[in-house]
Amino acid sequence: MSLQQYLMYIVMPILCLSLVIILLRYLKGPKVVDRAVALDLIITSGVGIIGVFCILYNNASFLDVAMILALIAFLSTIAFSYYLDNGDNNKTNKNE
Amino acid sequence: MVFCTIGAVFILIASLGIYRMPDFYTRLSVTVKASTLGVGCILASLAFYFYDFAVSTKVFAIIFFLFITSPVAAFMISRTAYVSGIELWKNTYVDEDVDIEIGEEEEETPEKPLNP
Repeated sequence: MSLQQYLMYIVMPILCLSLVIILLRYLKGPKVVDRAVALDLIITSGVGIIGVFCILYNNASFLDVAMILALIAFLSTIAFSYYLDNGDNNKTNKNE
Repeated sequence: MVFCTIGAVFILIASLGIYRMPDFYTRLSVTVKASTLGVGCILASLAFYFYDFAVSTKVFAIIFFLFITSPVAAFMISRTAYVSGIELWKNTYVDEDVDIEIGEEEEETPEKPLNP
């Protein structure tokens, strides 16, 4: 079994299964922060899937996409936390 | 091959953790740890496979960036969750002796008395 076959038939199904499980948590998540964390984890495992794709197709230029995706994951989580925080502060100020 | 398998298994553990854990905070902790280690292992396997200077530079940049930013993002989102009042799990042990105020804009750290 070559490396490409091993990646194609064992590693990629594991990653796809984990993506489906994270998507279940994203759909189920009782609070907004759960969904934010699930989205962050989806993007992070997307970086892993891009890494496996690089080995599969023997093309290293996909790594730029992975770098940008990691940047977007961090920025989206920070923006989400700022948004939730300010929304709650405004709500409490209005209530007071 | 070995690194790639380890990384995939870690990401699977992270996904199971985020699905099965009872609380938001435990979910967050298991997620961040397992996902950073999993993606780090997969990218390290990529660096070993290509064995090229440009590729390994990019890989180290991604790993460094991920290891720096992921705990910061987890801290921010957990702080937001704590401020917005998401309850803990029922078995979580809260240490009452430690006074840490989180959530105010002006956080005051208690000054330690200097030992003579």
